[in-house]
Amino acid sequence: MLAATVRVTRDLDLAEECAQDAYTRALQVWERDGIPARPGAWLTTVARNRATDLLRRETVLRRTLPLLVVDEAVSGPGDAPTGPGPIDDDRLRLIFTCCHPALARDAQVALTLRLLCGLSTAEVARAFLVREATMAARLTRAKKKIAAARIPYRVPSAEDLPVRVGAVLDVVHLVYTTGHTAPAGEKLVRDDLTEGAVRLARMLHRLLPGDGDVAGLLALLLLTDARRDTRATADGRLALLAEQDRTRWDRDRIAEGTALLTEALSGRPPTRYAVQAAIAAVHAEAPTWADTDWTEICGLYDVLRALWPNPVVDLNRAAAIGMRDGPGAGLAALEPLREEPALAAYGYLSATRADFLRRLGRWAEAESAYEEALALAGNDVERAFLAERLTEVRGDRR
Amino acid sequence: MARYLILIYGDEQQWDAMTPEQRENHHAAHVAFRDAAGPGVLGGGKLQRTATATSLRAGDGGPVPTDGPFVETKEVLGGYYLMEAPDLDAAIALASRLPEVAASHSGVEIRPLVERN
Repeated sequence: MLAATVRVTRDLDLAEECAQDAYTRALQVWERDGIPARPGAWLTTVARNRATDLLRRETVLRRTLPLLVVDEAVSGPGDAPTGPGPIDDDRLRLIFTCCHPALARDAQVALTLRLLCGLSTAEVARAFLVREATMAARLTRAKKKIAAARIPYRVPSAEDLPVRVGAVLDVVHLVYTTGHTAPAGEKLVRDDLTEGAVRLARMLHRLLPGDGDVAGLLALLLLTDARRDTRATADGRLALLAEQDRTRWDRDRIAEGTALLTEALSGRPPTRYAVQAAIAAVHAEAPTWADTDWTEICGLYDVLRALWPNPVVDLNRAAAIGMRDGPGAGLAALEPLREEPALAAYGYLSATRADFLRRLGRWAEAESAYEEALALAGNDVERAFLAERLTEVRGDRR
Repeated sequence: MARYLILIYGDEQQWDAMTPEQRENHHAAHVAFRDAAGPGVLGGGKLQRTATATSLRAGDGGPVPTDGPFVETKEVLGGYYLMEAPDLDAAIALASRLPEVAASHSGVEIRPLVERN
């Protein structure tokens, strides 16, 4: 609805205002007359009518900010607001505006959460660990830049599309990972973020069906999300992949993800997200933790490392080597990463080291590594898990 | 349409160190840029070295001129274009053709002008 309204207002703030008005009217009218057959279309029409109204007023026309650049050739404001086609097209245009490379990455993610996932400014602020006023200022600054620098509201040309789609996928992936392991708070998973990311990935896949990277990202999110309900126990404790109840993994999501993966891997060379999805698929297909094909996983990490060199990939690869060849080999593979500045404050490096040291019975070193991991952990669920392990290794020392 | 100022920044010493052949290619690239932009280029120019700059600031007895650029930085302003383009993507596409964007020591800043209608 917001995306369709933007096309009339050519101004993000005004469109948000009109969308808000439409919700308010819906509360009154729907209570009186009942919910219309197509509530989404009803809301969009009301918001767009309100926008047209406001735009007629001279005060609005004299706004000093320049308006969003809308490609009139693609579609005009006279288009019917109903039907999934134009609305999807508007959402696609809006996500390319929100994820424009001329905006800072933080701003891209914040705008996407606010304007495409429908989170409130307060909720976006929580996801970023900043105060609401700070986030409100960041969003305002980004929207002002979109208007003043004339960042277009348009699907990029075929020539620019691959790079621009890459930026959008990175934002959607970041939204997912932020929700998957919440950087703060009581809960491990923020469902509003993970679900928003899956919805966006589905939309992108529907609109760009031939793109292997898009199929790869959607496959990755579905295969990862299939495990969501089993990542914490009923009493809220962290359950590692080794301990999860695999009978409760979402088989429909795994089947859908695996099918998409086949599609994603048909492109040559394979893309980063497709390889990450392939790793998730190996886990999803193993009937038990002991049956996991670590040789296959190590091989996939080698492919991923060549495609997308990144210290976090190296860390995951070292963890997989430790599973394939034993904790001593894993520890040796981790050693060079301790010098990596990008991982200096990355708690999973300490946690992985601590686990290998614990399994080798090197209690004193394990203890200090767990202490380090605990200091860097973000949410309460992860902290509780690490504290428990720390108590264990301290007990074994005595 | 909107107007953008393209500010060209780079390391002056590296610009000075160009061979005659590099200089010629550089000039040809600017000519090609102007051809590609056509009427989109509203103005532009190459600046003399920062050693020729004079800055003016307020003093007790009125403006005080001092030798040198307003801000001392390693990358200095070396030239500019004033352009007109339908949107930022078009401005980025045009500015990407500038030879300074290809060199490692230089780059451009794209600044929209305030438009009053």
